[in-house]
Amino acid sequence: MTLAAGTELATATNEHLANISNTLIYSAMAVYTLAFFTYIAEWIFGSRSKIARTANALTAGKAAAKAPVVTVNKAGGTAVLERPKVVVRASAGARDVPDGPGAHGGDEQGDLYGRIAISLTVLAFLIHLGGVVARAASVERAPWGNMYEFNITFSTVAVGVYLTLLALKKNIRWLGLFLITTVLLDLGIAVTVLYTASDQLVPALHSYWLYIHVSTAILCGAVFYVGAVGTLLYLFKDSYETKLENGGTPGRFATSFLERLPASSSLDKFSYRINAAVFPLWTFTIIAGAIWAESAWGRYWGWDPKETWAFITWVAYACYLHARATAGWKGRKAAYLALIAFGCWLFNYYGVNIFVSGKHSYAGV
Amino acid sequence: MSKTTATGTPPERADDPDLGAAGSQLSTAPREELANLPALGVIGWARWFWRQLTSMRVALLLLLLLSLGAIPGSLIPQSGIDETKVADFRKAHSFLAPVYDKLGLFHVYSSVWFSAIYILLFVSLIGCIIPRTWQFIGQLRGRPPGAPKRLTRLPAYTTWRTETEPEQVREAALALLKKRRFRAHLAGDAVAAEKGYLREIGNLAFHIALIVLLTAFAWGQLFKSEGNKLVVEGDGFSNTLSQYDDFKSGNLFSSDDLVPFSFNLDKFTGTYETSGPNRGTPRTYQAALTYSQGAYGKDKKDLVKVNEPLEIGNAKVYLTAHGYAPLITVRDGRGRVVYRDAVPLLPLDSNVTSTGVVKVLDGYKNAKGVSEQLGISAFFLPTYTKGSETASTFPALQNPVLNLTPYHGDLGVDSGIPQSVYQLDKSHVKEFKDSKGAQLRDNLKPGQTMQLPNGAGTVTYESTKEWANFQVVQQPGTDWALGGALVAIFGLAGSLFIQRRRVWVRAVKGADGVTVVEMAGLGRSESAKVPEELGDLAGILYDGAPGAPEPDDDTDDHSDAEPDAGSSDQDDTTTPDTEVVPAEGAEK
Ligand code: HEM
Repeated sequence: MTLAAGTELATATNEHLANISNTLIYSAMAVYTLAFFTYIAEWIFGSRSKIARTANALTAGKAAAKAPVVTVNKAGGTAVLERPKVVVRASAGARDVPDGPGAHGGDEQGDLYGRIAISLTVLAFLIHLGGVVARAASVERAPWGNMYEFNITFSTVAVGVYLTLLALKKNIRWLGLFLITTVLLDLGIAVTVLYTASDQLVPALHSYWLYIHVSTAILCGAVFYVGAVGTLLYLFKDSYETKLENGGTPGRFATSFLERLPASSSLDKFSYRINAAVFPLWTFTIIAGAIWAESAWGRYWGWDPKETWAFITWVAYACYLHARATAGWKGRKAAYLALIAFGCWLFNYYGVNIFVSGKHSYAGV
Repeated sequence: MSKTTATGTPPERADDPDLGAAGSQLSTAPREELANLPALGVIGWARWFWRQLTSMRVALLLLLLLSLGAIPGSLIPQSGIDETKVADFRKAHSFLAPVYDKLGLFHVYSSVWFSAIYILLFVSLIGCIIPRTWQFIGQLRGRPPGAPKRLTRLPAYTTWRTETEPEQVREAALALLKKRRFRAHLAGDAVAAEKGYLREIGNLAFHIALIVLLTAFAWGQLFKSEGNKLVVEGDGFSNTLSQYDDFKSGNLFSSDDLVPFSFNLDKFTGTYETSGPNRGTPRTYQAALTYSQGAYGKDKKDLVKVNEPLEIGNAKVYLTAHGYAPLITVRDGRGRVVYRDAVPLLPLDSNVTSTGVVKVLDGYKNAKGVSEQLGISAFFLPTYTKGSETASTFPALQNPVLNLTPYHGDLGVDSGIPQSVYQLDKSHVKEFKDSKGAQLRDNLKPGQTMQLPNGAGTVTYESTKEWANFQVVQQPGTDWALGGALVAIFGLAGSLFIQRRRVWVRAVKGADGVTVVEMAGLGRSESAKVPEELGDLAGILYDGAPGAPEPDDDTDDHSDAEPDAGSSDQDDTTTPDTEVVPAEGAEK
């Protein structure tokens, strides 16, 4: 029967594609590992430098601690006289600490390694992306029907967010090592514990709302993750600065490591902006999920564990945003809330899929 | 000569007391007050309590409590979601269960304490929105506050000297700012301007939308109804309470609210992946219906799929499950048909291995002519493969086999105890014996007939129909909830992405007859955008009022408007640090 033969041919192609996908994912992991070691080299070479901007700024004595000055140069013009420059002043009470130079610590060789690491990351990202696309082609649908696919897609998006921010010339090269470490972990878990042979979706998962809901959920998760790393580093850097301010001497490792990161206020602002920027998208994700649930299960909200944890995550991030606007909660307390909120997101993904049974049983584990 | 800013409310947002009124009311967030104990008296306490409840701090606390409170419901079985799981839990935890019962942990989301949290949050929200709205309207009717005395104190500042007359500079500034859609006006020797009111509007819209959303949700819960009905191909359903297999409704629902309609299941189609690693995975489920609305509605046809319910008025008909229903004919000893029906069987696994019972309750007489009841256990494999006797190997009807085990006697249906149609009470029935004395059971293919021993009759498996389960849901307020949710997103985006900021341009003639222009910007939070925008505006104004040479003497003297000598910022303005810190602009 020709029809059956056609189906079999298609099936063979799909299995072929699935195998290609697996190979690509493993290759990406190999390149990520190379990038990982190169990032390490960047940090190690960077430790040779003795830049201690934070320490200088905080220990040089209050009298000398002037407001930091940022000049925004207005575009050229041929006026003989200097055009007006904008002077920026930190708000009162904020620490005036310059940002660290980044992992390479101003060391030339370190910087070189850093650049190589980023090139390797780009390469690994492309292979990784190819793996995800091949997987999608093999199952003829979006690559997030089970936890394996969700994991490999999630880390692609996280790396994509990082590279996009870099391409936009944002100061986030310092994120590299932390990001690649987690990406390797994430992929490692994916290929060992979560691996599922490519398969089709049950009809309940056939809906374009699935595409919208899950793709935005993955994007939000990746961005929340980047924000959480920023928050965590903020907490370290903040303790470090507080210690210096109070006349303490932090350990050598802490000094070498933290001096190279941006100032705590920059890290704090960075993670706030990241979290605030995706919060509306997360809100939208939940609403898209509700619309999908309405058409699949007949109710838009039913306190299913997955829904409940999405709600908890949402409220936790709302808490964080409120905390930022509430005196007495700014700074470290708000940062703890941000970490808790991200913890909720993680639990919703891993914890609920594995430990709690609900209608969202697509885990495939 | 510069306008003093001595009068004015203390700043709410700006942390610098020097800013005076300039930094006030950049947002309508309630002021953080110290929790001073109230004056004596009931009214004092009530006011104190109300202030606390509507403060940001308590809103934050309530939000935290809400997220904490939602957790147990996701970990403990909930009676609203899965009764049987709750029952299992009760059996397994004889100590915990009563405690959980007292705390309402089996129905967290309708428990007293959870309701208390969100009702308080709700009240706090309303108590927060109303004053903020009034305040905001006040701000819209008023004008942006005048320039503070010392503009150098502001987070973004720039200055230059020009030969252009101060009036001209101010006019140019006013025109420019208005063109840039600032609300701008001239106040004394300076132009004051503000922009970004959409932030506040977005924020208020977001919080109001939350109220709408919550109300719509509560409304939906109170008036909703949800029922299930299993329909075999060829059969029908009409939307009345008595027709449902099971039915749940909200507290305020009345059966008059049921939308009148009826439908017939013409055909159910399921297709499955036939090969490859996903063999057996469902590809399509669809039910072809003929339906009519109201008592005398016209017949219409429609397909219902898993994600595509049929909408009839306020009601939605969802396809939620399917299975097989073998058509069985039972004849008694005299060959008279006493039973002929499609018997829905319950699926046990993803290959639709199914079980059920054929119950012949009346009309049957045994070989001796005595009235009896028949109960026939049925076990069904839609695809039977040799070697796999107890489980189907594929979900579609490829090689159906029906295994029947008949019993006779009293099925106990009349005993008053509710009985599942899928289970057989075997306490008052007897087995049929085959010729060897063993219990009679037989595998039938469609069209085959099983003989009951000693002329007790026959059972024929005629053919196989499919059944589909439909869930009929009515939930009012869904559109409102969706509307609220959409407004919430846009409001939120406005609230988070739009900067509210103020710009002041002061132009005064210095002692030497040269005009000194000073510009400053203030945002609600430190942001790279404020200095960037200020630089942009300054550049344009500078082109209209180009710079004059600096006097040789110390810069301190060139203007009254300049700050006191000795201010730590002083030298910054004239000798900007050459080190360019990429901090702000380099971030997201
Ligand atoms: C249902 C619970 C609530 C949720 C989910 C929620 C969520 C949010 C979010 C996401 C923001 C945006 C943060 C920002 O603009 O930086 C915000 C801002 C704000 N919320 Fe709420 N909110 C809730 C209840 C309340 C209540 C009860 C109050 C009153 C005390 C309140 C007062 C405010 C204020 C004043 C702001 C603006 C803060 C600012 O201008 O920075 N909210 N809220």
